Amino acid sequence: MKFKLNLSSIFSQLLLLFFVILWITPTFGLLISSFRDKDQLAISGWWTSLVTTEVNEIHRTKGNKAQIEEEGIFFIRGNLFDNEEGKKVLSYGITSKDINAYKVGEVAILKDKSEIIVFENGDYQWKSKSEFKKKKGRRLFITATSPPSFTLDNYKEVIFKEGLGQAFLNTIAVALPATLIPLIICSFFAYSLTWMNFFGRDLLLASIIASLVVPLQMSLIPILTIYNDLGALFNVEAKSFPGVWMAHTGFGLASTTFLLWNFMKSLPNEMLEAAKVDGATHYDTFVRIVIPLSIPAFASIFILQFLWVWNDLLVGLVFLDKHPSEIILTAKLKELLGSRGENWEILTTGAFISMTVPLFIFFSLQRFFIRGLVAGSVKG
Amino acid sequence: MSFFSLISTVIVGVLFFIIYFGLSNFILDLVCKFKSNSVALENSVRAIIFIAPAFLVLFMFILYPVFETVRLSFFDKFGREFVGWNNYLWALNDPNFRRSILNNLGWLLIVPTLSTFFGLVIANLTDKIWWGTIAKSIIFMPMAISFVGAGVIWKFIYDYRGTGDHQIGLLNAIVVSLGMEPQAWLTISIWNNLFLMAIMIWIQTGLALVIFSAALRGIPNETLEAARIDGASEFRIFWSIIIPFLERTILVIWTIITILVLKVFDIIYAMTNGEWQTEVLANLMYDWMFRGGGDSGRGSVLAFCIMIGVIPILVWNLYRHRQEQKNEI
Repeated sequence: MKFKLNLSSIFSQLLLLFFVILWITPTFGLLISSFRDKDQLAISGWWTSLVTTEVNEIHRTKGNKAQIEEEGIFFIRGNLFDNEEGKKVLSYGITSKDINAYKVGEVAILKDKSEIIVFENGDYQWKSKSEFKKKKGRRLFITATSPPSFTLDNYKEVIFKEGLGQAFLNTIAVALPATLIPLIICSFFAYSLTWMNFFGRDLLLASIIASLVVPLQMSLIPILTIYNDLGALFNVEAKSFPGVWMAHTGFGLASTTFLLWNFMKSLPNEMLEAAKVDGATHYDTFVRIVIPLSIPAFASIFILQFLWVWNDLLVGLVFLDKHPSEIILTAKLKELLGSRGENWEILTTGAFISMTVPLFIFFSLQRFFIRGLVAGSVKG
Repeated sequence: MSFFSLISTVIVGVLFFIIYFGLSNFILDLVCKFKSNSVALENSVRAIIFIAPAFLVLFMFILYPVFETVRLSFFDKFGREFVGWNNYLWALNDPNFRRSILNNLGWLLIVPTLSTFFGLVIANLTDKIWWGTIAKSIIFMPMAISFVGAGVIWKFIYDYRGTGDHQIGLLNAIVVSLGMEPQAWLTISIWNNLFLMAIMIWIQTGLALVIFSAALRGIPNETLEAARIDGASEFRIFWSIIIPFLERTILVIWTIITILVLKVFDIIYAMTNGEWQTEVLANLMYDWMFRGGGDSGRGSVLAFCIMIGVIPILVWNLYRHRQEQKNEI
């Protein structure tokens, strides 16, 4: 590596840094927010949670029941933060007009000559020569520094109470077969398009190429009609997991076949010819030679199709019920956007949960993902 | 459904296809052992076994629906009575449809252009810088996120609180810190489309970036070195060598993003549902598929309008495919 410190290099680095920050900030903000306390989240920007911030709070001391008498002097003692860790009092006040009247550790003298003192950790002591009469404690206005604090509460709430846990399972139940089924049937299809001779092969190939770009909107209405008719005919639910699997298989078929065909074309012809001479059937050749050689291609296509299905909203909306036992993550998230639009702790956490699997795949298998994308584009 | 019944449904679904291929080929082998006289017949039966499932799916989910949708666009809302051009005439007079066409055109002009542009610029930047790979990963990451997830991320950025309140949306916080009034970004007609497009650009730049990065590696180093020795500036090299070399790649990326943008649905549906004049064709179509029990005629017209947009690309792809086939022979 060369570190050339010239002007254009510095400029390039700064420009790239700018892009990187611009691109990462939205996701980063979501991630941070999902771990914040929901009350904090509603009143302050997520960027304030990363550093120690100054907050103004109102607390109340304990009432007369908590007083103790020591040598004729009455005390009320306690902690303003209920022993919440990390906060530090900077200053405090006894009226709302002057909330910073006293520094921490300074004694405030009230009208009735009683004395209040507040310490840095939130401990306070209220001292009076006569007995405390009021049931309610006194309000104290404090300015404190609050360190970053994070919680997993939002995740518990969203997964168990809002039903995102079930939606997560549903999405897996949709995505795995909807990825594996096209992979299975398209690999046989791509094999026959590459290595078998039959009438209409070129036409079939051309219709695959054409289907690559056909928008799935063109299929929705007729397929929905077919599903409804079939459902009525056999008296079963028209919206079901197998229905979605097949729909995803249909919409992913062209690209899966095309990518596999492109890959299989490049396999050495001699190897397959040799197998043929040895008397292997096409099925043997496919299982013993082509599948092992195609593993890297399978991996790329698996990831592409899996991410596509996982992130899909439209197909899931049209072909699945919105019932909790069928709803998928993206549809659930959209539902929350409507019903809990202001509850950012739920939305940010829900969104992040829906992103966990794609991000895991992305960071662990990025190589295959990129390879699939590049193969699908540069050649196609 | 419980966890275990989910798992078993999944396994049964996948096994079904494995067993189909295994069993049918096994039976064929068995039959051929006894009557091994016709290799040609065996081969054609096997071809049918290999092709049948994929072909049936292709036919049922793509080929047939394409023609059926075109047919339905000339029928009434239940698909029963022929109504001629009525659905098309309705569309031409519908303000939402016109708004969708304009918005889709806006998306088509802006999103592919900016995504490709940013992708190209960033690919060139990351190529030369030692931490370029990390930068690439970060900018590519939104590609893994769903449009709805991205919608939540950006809705949070665009969040609006009244003047004087603490802004928790990043964009408004910046605007306020610069001393300006906070805005409810997604409701500002016309401009709100740009804020929605920003999401798509944010996602698709990553795609352009990785494809350009792969293509950039194909540029012969000698050419670049020669240009540098001749004293060409980096800008000149970019403009006169790199851009012409990547011409084909630029075109490919452009078409991929164009097709995607024509179908844009999730972002609009999740963020505004077409309100404040952000309607697009795909969202309008989804609306008509279910509004008032569903109108298959109008829905089909809208689907067909999206299809019209991809037809030039479809023809071009077929033409290129034919050229390639010819070259191979």
